Amino acid sequence: MKRVVITGAGTINALGHNVPDTLEAMREGRCGIRELEFRDVDRLSIRIGGQVRDYDPEARFNRQQMALYDRFTQFTLIAAREAIAQAGLVFSGELAARAGVVLGNSGGGMTTLDENYRSVYEDGKNRVHPFVVPKLMNNAAASHVSMEFNLKGPSFTVSTACASSNHAMAQAFQMVHGGMTPVMVTGGSESMLCFGGVKAWEGLRVMSKDGCRPFSANRNGMVQGEGAGIFVFEEYEHARARGAEILAEVAGYAMSSDAADIVMPSKQGASRAIKGALADARLNLSDVGYINAHGTGTAANDKTESAAVADVFGAHADRLMISSTKSMHGHLIGGTGAVELLACIMAVRDGVIAPTIGYQEPDPECALDVVPNVAREADVNVALSNAFAFGGLNAVLALKRFA
Amino acid sequence: MSSIKDRVIGIIAEQAVLDPSDVTMDSTLEDLGIDSLGLVESIFAIEEEFDVSVPFNANEPEASDFDISSVASIVAGIEKLIAEQS
Repeated sequence: MKRVVITGAGTINALGHNVPDTLEAMREGRCGIRELEFRDVDRLSIRIGGQVRDYDPEARFNRQQMALYDRFTQFTLIAAREAIAQAGLVFSGELAARAGVVLGNSGGGMTTLDENYRSVYEDGKNRVHPFVVPKLMNNAAASHVSMEFNLKGPSFTVSTACASSNHAMAQAFQMVHGGMTPVMVTGGSESMLCFGGVKAWEGLRVMSKDGCRPFSANRNGMVQGEGAGIFVFEEYEHARARGAEILAEVAGYAMSSDAADIVMPSKQGASRAIKGALADARLNLSDVGYINAHGTGTAANDKTESAAVADVFGAHADRLMISSTKSMHGHLIGGTGAVELLACIMAVRDGVIAPTIGYQEPDPECALDVVPNVAREADVNVALSNAFAFGGLNAVLALKRFA
Repeated sequence: MSSIKDRVIGIIAEQAVLDPSDVTMDSTLEDLGIDSLGLVESIFAIEEEFDVSVPFNANEPEASDFDISSVASIVAGIEKLIAEQS
């Protein structure tokens, strides 16, 4: 089997419009969650989120592109441009024929749906723009990345709610690991921060009105974010031969299904995914120094996840660090694992552990070292990234310092 | 028109797939087999029926003064909300 390394990373999210700005915000424990700004926000009871700010799509895309790109596709392309530029790859010939793009996404073009439903239902119009369908389809982002960068290998979108990106990256890893292709572009994106998107979430009554406080006893729900995280996964020898800078090694992954409940998480399902990722990566429990938690800030997730980690790691659970960066960038749903993988790269490459901000009161049911409020320097060789989705679909990735 | 109590019991009975006569004032939702999703659905149905907003967050059910511990407490909570909003 081939070793798989990360040679490029890109992002845009509430913390920054690129990787360096995002990592700096994580190091400083900055919060990107603010009052939401979009049409009809006054009709929502949930009015906060991790929105991408100071964003001018017209500075990035021309008129023809704007007509075809929903916000989630725009974010994806911005992040992909950064990641592929960093990797320094140009896709042509044999490499282009084999390299593909597998992305996670849950909602598709929610803003496009929202605007066009409004136009036909509320405004009573009988005509919509011809590109509504190609704009809103879940695979639009993956397709546009393939077109912009000439990726002609296996490309598709994975949709497993909050685990979409982790499932996508696990799939991309497997393709490179198994020798199907030397390079895959992967990650995910989401943009549900529009009236209809937030209204739908409001209905479930799991959203916080005042902030995301994962693992804190006074947490009261999740806060949504938006954006994208994109990576270049490359076969090690391929990267080495061209002298590419290696950010981290992807060591393994596992997926599991709770087969239990459509919204309530399961300790067993989470535990099996964590254990499976370590087994796949041939790592010991004691190798793990950091876990980027799913850590949504809901009552149910955080206590279930803490119990799963305590169960799997036993005594070592008290020696590892676990944090939820959703406290800073919000929950990017189908894109969340991708942005969170950046925190894992920062842990193994830079030795900096992103904090769980908003942490106010210890919860005996989440009695782990959650790196409260302030980032920490630590020597970490292995980091895990957890994602446990609605529908009971779990995917955990293991990242290793490249050595 | 039937009383607030009967209408709330009707909604809860429908959610629990029970006859309204089997839903007593001292029943808890758990007794009736209503889980967290069923609870959120029941609250939605109650809001629609009475045109009120029930301050309920599934993450902190005890934090609002809307008490869901029994059918009686739910009925009392709805009566109070209706009185406040009228």
